[in-house]
Amino acid sequence: MSNAATLTETPQQADRAVTIYEKSVPGRRAVQLPPTGVEETPIDQLIPSHLLRETPAELPEVSEPDIIRHYNRISRRNFDLDTGFYPLGSCTMKYNPRLNERVAALPGHARLHPATNPADAQGALELMYLLQESLSEICGLPTVSLQPSAGSQGELAGLLLTRAYHKDKGRNPGKVLTPDTAHGTNPASVSMAGYEVVKIATNADGGVDMDDLRTKIDEDVACLMLTNPNTLGVFDENIAEMASLVHEIGGLLYYDGANLNAIMGQARPGDMGFDIVHVNLHKSFSQPHGGGGPGAGPIAVSDRVEPFIPKPQVILGKRSFVDGAWITTAVEGGAADGDLFFDLDYDRPKSIGRMRGFQGNFGVFVRSYAYILSLGGDGLSEASQLAVLNANYLKTRLSEGRAGKYLPVAFDRHCMHEFVISGAEMKKQLGIKTLDLAKRLLDFGFHPPTVYFPLLVEEAMMIEPVETEAKEHLDEFADAIEKILEEAESDPEIAQNAPYSTPVRRLDEVGATRRPVIRQL
Amino acid sequence: MAGYTPATSDDQAAMLAAIGVDSIDELFSQIPDGVKLGRPLDLEDGLSESEVYKRLADLASWNRHAEEMPSFLGAGMYDHYVPAIVDAITSRSEFLTPYTPYQPEVSQGGLQVMFEFQTAMSELTGLPVSNAGLYEGPSAAASAAYLALKATGRTGLVASRGLHPHSRETLATHAVGFGAQLTEVPLVDGLTESKALEAAIDENTAAVFLQNPNFLGSVEDIATLGEYATSKGALLIVQVDPITLSILKPPGECGADIAYGEGQPLGNRLDFGGPSFGFFCAKQEHIRRMPGRIAGETTDVDGRRGFVLALQTREQHIRREKATSNICTSQALNALGAMVHLSWLGKEGFVELGELLARRTDYARKTIAGLDGFELLHNAPVVREFAVRSDRPVEELLHMSSDPTEPAPYIPVYPLGRDYPEYEDSFLVAMTENRSVDDVHWLAHMLSHGQAGWDEHIHEHDDEGNPVETNGNVAEAADGAEVRQEAIR
Amino acid sequence: MSEPSYPEDLKYHPEHDWARIEGDEATLGITWYAQDSLGEVVFYEGPAIGAEVKKDEPYAEVESVKAVSDVIAPLSGEVIAVNDSLADAPEAVNADPYSTGWLVKIRLSDPSEADQLMDQAAYKASLE
Repeated sequence: MSNAATLTETPQQADRAVTIYEKSVPGRRAVQLPPTGVEETPIDQLIPSHLLRETPAELPEVSEPDIIRHYNRISRRNFDLDTGFYPLGSCTMKYNPRLNERVAALPGHARLHPATNPADAQGALELMYLLQESLSEICGLPTVSLQPSAGSQGELAGLLLTRAYHKDKGRNPGKVLTPDTAHGTNPASVSMAGYEVVKIATNADGGVDMDDLRTKIDEDVACLMLTNPNTLGVFDENIAEMASLVHEIGGLLYYDGANLNAIMGQARPGDMGFDIVHVNLHKSFSQPHGGGGPGAGPIAVSDRVEPFIPKPQVILGKRSFVDGAWITTAVEGGAADGDLFFDLDYDRPKSIGRMRGFQGNFGVFVRSYAYILSLGGDGLSEASQLAVLNANYLKTRLSEGRAGKYLPVAFDRHCMHEFVISGAEMKKQLGIKTLDLAKRLLDFGFHPPTVYFPLLVEEAMMIEPVETEAKEHLDEFADAIEKILEEAESDPEIAQNAPYSTPVRRLDEVGATRRPVIRQL
Repeated sequence: MAGYTPATSDDQAAMLAAIGVDSIDELFSQIPDGVKLGRPLDLEDGLSESEVYKRLADLASWNRHAEEMPSFLGAGMYDHYVPAIVDAITSRSEFLTPYTPYQPEVSQGGLQVMFEFQTAMSELTGLPVSNAGLYEGPSAAASAAYLALKATGRTGLVASRGLHPHSRETLATHAVGFGAQLTEVPLVDGLTESKALEAAIDENTAAVFLQNPNFLGSVEDIATLGEYATSKGALLIVQVDPITLSILKPPGECGADIAYGEGQPLGNRLDFGGPSFGFFCAKQEHIRRMPGRIAGETTDVDGRRGFVLALQTREQHIRREKATSNICTSQALNALGAMVHLSWLGKEGFVELGELLARRTDYARKTIAGLDGFELLHNAPVVREFAVRSDRPVEELLHMSSDPTEPAPYIPVYPLGRDYPEYEDSFLVAMTENRSVDDVHWLAHMLSHGQAGWDEHIHEHDDEGNPVETNGNVAEAADGAEVRQEAIR
Repeated sequence: MSEPSYPEDLKYHPEHDWARIEGDEATLGITWYAQDSLGEVVFYEGPAIGAEVKKDEPYAEVESVKAVSDVIAPLSGEVIAVNDSLADAPEAVNADPYSTGWLVKIRLSDPSEADQLMDQAAYKASLE
């Protein structure tokens, strides 16, 4: 079995990847459009012919039954969270409640145009306002902008806010500090904001190396970007000192909220001293990952950063009719009375402007707000506690047996919601790499954890079990790891040539990148 | 508590025992006392599913949406008919719940969809290289600018005022970080002023941004205007409405280096502005600078055809500070919706849709221009959206009540004043296949008759737009209409 | 090239680059160790003809599927040739790092810099 092609293919494997174009038959179609209802004027009498297409775009020609058969069949070539354990570190793959899909589909939310006059969109604006208030409480910061489309855009927004903040004070520092364990989006965002990336080392306990930080903090530092707990799953106890070091030189402290699932209701980034926090609604707040999006990356900010947030901003105001026009004046949150009105505030002279069109990913806000209502303050707090419990339990299981021997944990202390193990010993003693272990896990019906991140740990595997997984799934996973290691002790080639049972086996990524074929020819 | 968490107190006790601690609190001991929250979150307690549903349904009921009142709002997002088959496919667990395809062996469904989508967008735009999607239209403009700045080493950006105001604002915001300068070029008679465009472009211009059809709905001559860019070594970047690519000459045939746009009209709901997706296509020479995910075709060890994320070294998880973009999560599910919708429209149906829109828009344009007190803002050819000047102030015109202090519905067309002070007396009217001829008559009636028209809204209209007698059912709707008016606070 | 190989006639830089010096010109590339660490090379784009390269500083990048690596110049000079065949066949860097996998040719601006480089024995020893 180790390296021969399987003689009997699984049905999935035998079902070759045929694209919808290849299934097309000229003349087949699905749509029946309504009658035009007006005169069928030749198009070139409406638009000059030199501005018109000469030939139609090559789109599929298929019937509706064939469309659904095609996409259903290829959907089954995906492993998904509803079907199995998906412990991807840093991704927070928690259950996606179907209630959220039901409410997001209500026509009042789904068929509402973003340019609808606010008077006709009070429900949508109120929902956004209430979500802002909830995130504000969870993060411990007074103002929230829902505009950024995802975590990365939230990061970029935070850095542009930083730039605007410093400029307003007549300063122009050029550097942003990030730990060497930072997620790749952090340095990428720093470059896009026109700053220089300066890396800070990590100490032996997995936290920021404070000596290294002290040498690198100076007045040319605009911002320190952190996540806490960090990508090693470790809560950095020096956070208060880091905050004061940065604030002393007039810099801002940015929190990458990817790991918020560890601390909801336990600690708040605002209380730790952070000025800007981005939240990934597709992580802690249950928005489905969709195979790679959509998500949303709202940002919570401190008072000193508030003037610069993107516009428009959703506000609660008192509406009055003055000189023939309606104006809304912002009020503090409180019980609504007859004059109160939710509005989009464009009158923000110091705002950095827009990160994107309209107001943000409202459909994601609906789902996240429904999730927050479903859990409540007590439920969110419990979610974090159980996420941390699950992670520590799985870490304990993996410290036993062969896993304990070949896959030591990178930092030997209680972890938070995720932990990192190293496959270096396994590679040395058994001759299989973290990649091979991951591929063999596919045969056992699990999605592998995140691999080869963070870069600091050799042959890293980052595991985040989340709170919506039952204990027995964690046990099954640990048992599978044990079996794979036992297998590798006698025959490493099994893992080296895995997977065997997936719809396709290991793919030639080198060929795909050397000579890319990225569309149907 | 809900939380969707399985752990019972027995489970928890067993896990704590295995770990060797007495309580979950001990696991949080790393958090210093000064930082611990130490109190419950000041949020309501969790509600039951039925209570949550009621809350969200109440909020939804306070929105005047397109099923209640025909929407002629456009500006990049349109109330097209999204076929039921899109919902059926995008709600499947296998597409809804997985993560980005980092383990391609178990992500062939998602990767194949990306490949098919890339092919479709490449066909629509006439450019060979497409990614698997970005967040939405205006931020795709920023990505295009970033590519042009890196590719040319220049720092200038030129944009027509025909480019969507949100795209121009997003460019301006991002330009601060990119170290670029943005210059705008005016419109004349609804089209980009070509002499002004030529004058604005110089040897420091990295990219020239045009939009087709532009924000006022006009079809621009991209090929001719684009030469000003290419002759000075600047990249020609065009924002396009994907539905109009059914009949308009694609930007790839007009000399564009990059074509991008707001993808919402393809298979995605309005959702009050998102989530949708942006598409991004380019000439072959720009492939290594492309932002976003790209799926590539390959084979597995046994020779089976398969797909992988290709050219990952462009991306943040490998190239970090030198990445072509910082994008991680984007809009895969929305791109799937687009692909299904395009398959459903098909090669012929897509063209038929474009032609239907052009014809109905022409009818709507003539109808509204024919009303007293209204005229077209410009006479340039359009496909599905046009601009109208009004004698009456627009705010007053659109507010469907004779008493300006009464909260009332607004006629759903897009006032231009906020984005274009020079056109503060004008508004945009957008058409989709969901807007029937009757709907056009209704709009004409509302514009002409204001509150009186609203009161008559509950009536049907004859071919000349005059209200006719109604039946009992519609009388109920009248009560419904009154109730909704009261609910607006 | 499956077995480690470090030709005797070359000079070596600690960042795993080699130089073949011929008069006042040198051909540069990456060593067997570098290509082995990188994995299968998928892309290389050289600097422009006429560009200046400076000793100890990066002058190009080499990409594998999962990593990007700066290529460090072992010597300073002006680029007089770039290996364009790698555009279609980047795998030559793995198969033949010292001949068909060469990266650039330069005209040396300071031939004495060669004295600072390691010979075959010293480089092999540094890899232990």
